Amino acid sequence: MLRLPELEFVAPSTVADAVKMLAEDPQGTRILAGGTDLVPNLKRRHQHARRLLSLGRLKELRGVSGDPERGLRIGAMTTLRALLRDGALQRAWPGFLTAVRSISSPVLQSMGTLGGNLCLDTRCTYYNQTEEWRSAIGYCMKEVGDTCWVAPSSSRCWAIAASDSAPLLMAIGARVKLVSVRGTRELSLEEFLLDDGIRYLSKEPDELLTEVILPPVANWRATYWKLRRRGSIDFPVLGVGTALRLTDQGKVAEVRIVLGAVGSAPLRARGAEAVLAGRELSEAAVLEAGTAAQEVATALDNTDFTMVWRRQMVPPYVAGTLRELGGLPRVGLIGADGLEC
Amino acid sequence: MNSRPEVATRAEVLLMPEIKQPNGLIGTPFRRVDAVGKVTGRTLYADDLSFPRMVFMKLLRSHVPHAEIVSIDTSAALALPGVLHILTGKDMPEPFGILPVSQDEHALCLDKVRFVGDPVAAVAALSEEAADAACKLLRVEYRALSTIAGYDDALDPSKDLIHSYGDDRNFHKKLSMRFGDLDAGFAEADTVLEDTVFFEGNTHLPMEMHACTAVPEGDGRVAIYSSTQTPHYLHKALTKVLGIPASWIRVIATTNGGGFGGKTDPFNHEIAAAKMALVLGRPVRMSLSREEVFMCHRGRHPTLMRIKTGFKKDGTITAQHLKTLLDGGAYGSYGVASTYYTGALQCVTYKIPTYQFDGARVWTNKPPCGPKRGHGTPQPRFAQEVHLDKAAHQLGIDPAELRLQQLQPAGAVTANWLKIGSMGLEQCIRAVLDGSQWKERRGKLGFGRGLGIACGSYLSGAGLPIYWNHMPHSGVQLKLDRSGGVAVFCGETECGQGSDSVLAACVADVLGLALTDIRLCVADTDLTPVDLGSYSSRVTLMMGNAAIQAAERAKELIAPVVAAELGVPVGRLVFADRRVFDAENPACGRSFAEAVVMAESKLGTLGTTGSYTPPRAPGRFRGAGVGPSPAYSYSACIVEAAVDATTGLVRVSDVWIAHDVGRALNPVLTRGQVEGSIYMGLGEALMEESAFRRLPKKLSNALVHKFPNMLEYKSPTFLEMPRIHTTIVEEPDANGPYGAKEVGQGPLLPVMPAVANAIFDAVGVRVDQVPIQPWMILKALQEKQRGGAGRFGPAKFPEVDYGPALHVPTPTEGGDGKARNAEEIGIRGGTMSETRKESR
Repeated sequence: MLRLPELEFVAPSTVADAVKMLAEDPQGTRILAGGTDLVPNLKRRHQHARRLLSLGRLKELRGVSGDPERGLRIGAMTTLRALLRDGALQRAWPGFLTAVRSISSPVLQSMGTLGGNLCLDTRCTYYNQTEEWRSAIGYCMKEVGDTCWVAPSSSRCWAIAASDSAPLLMAIGARVKLVSVRGTRELSLEEFLLDDGIRYLSKEPDELLTEVILPPVANWRATYWKLRRRGSIDFPVLGVGTALRLTDQGKVAEVRIVLGAVGSAPLRARGAEAVLAGRELSEAAVLEAGTAAQEVATALDNTDFTMVWRRQMVPPYVAGTLRELGGLPRVGLIGADGLEC
Repeated sequence: MNSRPEVATRAEVLLMPEIKQPNGLIGTPFRRVDAVGKVTGRTLYADDLSFPRMVFMKLLRSHVPHAEIVSIDTSAALALPGVLHILTGKDMPEPFGILPVSQDEHALCLDKVRFVGDPVAAVAALSEEAADAACKLLRVEYRALSTIAGYDDALDPSKDLIHSYGDDRNFHKKLSMRFGDLDAGFAEADTVLEDTVFFEGNTHLPMEMHACTAVPEGDGRVAIYSSTQTPHYLHKALTKVLGIPASWIRVIATTNGGGFGGKTDPFNHEIAAAKMALVLGRPVRMSLSREEVFMCHRGRHPTLMRIKTGFKKDGTITAQHLKTLLDGGAYGSYGVASTYYTGALQCVTYKIPTYQFDGARVWTNKPPCGPKRGHGTPQPRFAQEVHLDKAAHQLGIDPAELRLQQLQPAGAVTANWLKIGSMGLEQCIRAVLDGSQWKERRGKLGFGRGLGIACGSYLSGAGLPIYWNHMPHSGVQLKLDRSGGVAVFCGETECGQGSDSVLAACVADVLGLALTDIRLCVADTDLTPVDLGSYSSRVTLMMGNAAIQAAERAKELIAPVVAAELGVPVGRLVFADRRVFDAENPACGRSFAEAVVMAESKLGTLGTTGSYTPPRAPGRFRGAGVGPSPAYSYSACIVEAAVDATTGLVRVSDVWIAHDVGRALNPVLTRGQVEGSIYMGLGEALMEESAFRRLPKKLSNALVHKFPNMLEYKSPTFLEMPRIHTTIVEEPDANGPYGAKEVGQGPLLPVMPAVANAIFDAVGVRVDQVPIQPWMILKALQEKQRGGAGRFGPAKFPEVDYGPALHVPTPTEGGDGKARNAEEIGIRGGTMSETRKESR
């Protein structure tokens, strides 16, 4: 059996205490939220900690407040299960809950938190392995090695952003609140998530993610389509978070299309957005946008399925989200999370 | 033997001895004897056992794929607090292996490592953490050898050899057998079809990870509790390697949390733990991690196949030539048998009058392959059933009709000398045709939805044991207690399939007892008579027959005593309802407990034995030992699948399956095995693959399992399970207990080809390999759009010199079961007694 290394465990009861403790040894401390990703990573020894700082006692970080008109605020320690049961969220951003529902499995949703899902370590099948396995390839750049085995001539790490909530939250323009002993700051998700497999968060080690702020709904609608092997458990191999606002004439006033799991951060498909600007959501426009979205996707051979096919899946999945939001008839059998037949 | 072997006619089959009829319990959905323990968590698995002063063992496994061991420095590891002892290869130099012809493993590698995961040292410590830390302090110096990653490397003469024995360089095994006049068969054909097909390797994925605890018992004795499907073979391997008398070693197979063939080899950790316990004089626990289970493997061999069949215009098969090439991984394991099995069962479903089989297995630097559910037969079955589907389409015949029109009859002897008993495939096919409304719906579901059919057959136990002997394959002992209870001793091993329940039920049924009257003592080499183990679907048939014999003998002891006491003729006594009574006057009788007291008073302590040895098979050529079985099960399967043409994603909505089990001893257990097979079959068809990563050769020698964990090795969840419509067909076989045949493996076989055939029916493209991935379908669809054939699959089959073919005339040709040219080509007769090549 794989076992945890020896480590110190602390569980503060206020955010103020938490950030103080975090400031004592920011590099050696790992923040424990639900632990569904961190604990196995510690067992496999690709994430390390001298100290685990548990947020389990921080009641102030649990729950949803605000309203759809002025915006909702979600405590970072709110479990995914709790989000799915929240009526206000369901009314405001049902598409966000579609994304949350697709995270892992019901059992892990009871433990996993929204903050944890946003801070999820980037994933790679050369990296998410045991110590023994990684020693057999001489480790990789994300750890102690110097090669990215996914692209050996590359100078950067190509581990994948595997959060399902992040693409959707980026599409609707959500922001995050970071707290440290140095102060508080708010970042957009585009500022918070970096397209680098190693430094994938702009959060400093002494900062604590405390809150996720959803904007007022104001005629926006959003959805999330997820491609994965199985109907549960699996991380995305492609996630598409799309949010848009139509004019009274049914033309696209604003649209944001964000691709997950085809880069080290969720990526805005700005080319596809430009294709749609000011147009009606016709089948032709939807297909054109889908094709245009492909250009930002960098699918590599470090997760399930083949890279060529994953990239080929961008157009039908982007088109799928747009058809859903535009009320167009479905094409083929794919739905928000797998085949619907 | 000069006389012609017996070939039973249909009439003779019908005249076979009467098949035993159930006596109240058999045939009913009785509750499993281990059900309550399992669902309440009370069952103790190997990892649950704990003994005073127990210590923990870890194995240091090679992190290089192929290398000579130059040195091992244990000093730093030994100095770590809590570390008690370290074993290395030189402590156990005697080789072992499951097959007598493949004694190529060492408990710990002696002088070279052959795959990433090969165990090099064993560390015992007071805690698992300390043992783990000590492993990281062991310093092993290696001298690298070339990495052999797959077929191409294995066939490349410039590469280093993985073993110093075998048939030719990195070929472990090569064989060629021709049954009948193949050329004449092909000449008779109107159409000859050829296909190249690939079946990717996959693994068993039992929920329980292997674990064992070795307990020293004083005087140099040791007991090993292990999650093994084959305690008897483990006992033999331990005896060989430990170099102590067999009677000093006791193997107890704990309840297996699933096996599927993955726990049928003796393993390094079991032998090293036993040795460690003897050295330390303390109990030693070794529990594998999930990754280590992937390293133990012994799973499905990746198999490349070339299948060529001659058909007459009406679909009649005139000849078949099958070539297989197996990627065996780093060790022999069951590989010689696996290789034979890739050609053994091709002729038991349809009449194939002439047949040639060429098979070969290569070594590669990967975890060893071995027997997984279906052992060597799912790969060629996939090839054959997809191939037949194509033939049917080409010839314009309904694929179901093509099969129905040429089924082997009951009692037939095949071209390759397998003797079939009962044969219910026709009923199976008709059941799934009716269930799926095949005639009405096939081809009418619209683009994107389709139906596919396939069939299969499997052994009810291998006709021969793994090592040559004339002893029974299964033995059962009964001890009749004065209280009316019956203790049943048998070496059989519960691996989740329900063998404990079958054992108890056979005895209870014969003696007219309740299951609660039976006390089982199983799978303990000190206490129980040998049963060869839970493999080859042999347990129900062989153990069942032995149990019935033992129970009948108990009746023979008790009945005369009771008859005398009651003044009733012995022949009129009935054992039922926990009583022994006069059939003509049921009130006249005694309780079973009273009957036992009467018999014991007269005869002394009551005990009986029963045993089972399979009938001799008619083949008399080398290789004839693989394939014969006392009985063959049959299955037919229809899959309904939806395929999304823009993504290639597949969803199976329904599976209709019918399985001829001879007699369902318990219909619920039977159904459970069928449904479990479908689950596993769908995984093999659409997801599961033992994929490996070869790092860029210029930068690294590394060759690693791509994802040895249950998150990334994709196996279906119950969300992926379709609706299953199961029909149990009962065509009793004279060799089976109550006519029963196997059900644990057979129903898996038709699932994979039925999925492939359904995909073709849905979108008109062929994927000639499994797992069938969405991008393969998409590529085939794109190819078809460009005017191509619409096929995805292996392009070519490599040139392999299989050596001269053994020529064996078929029964129809008047053959005697012997090869005609054995002397001429220098192949000795016999079955599994291979000659070992000199080391080079």
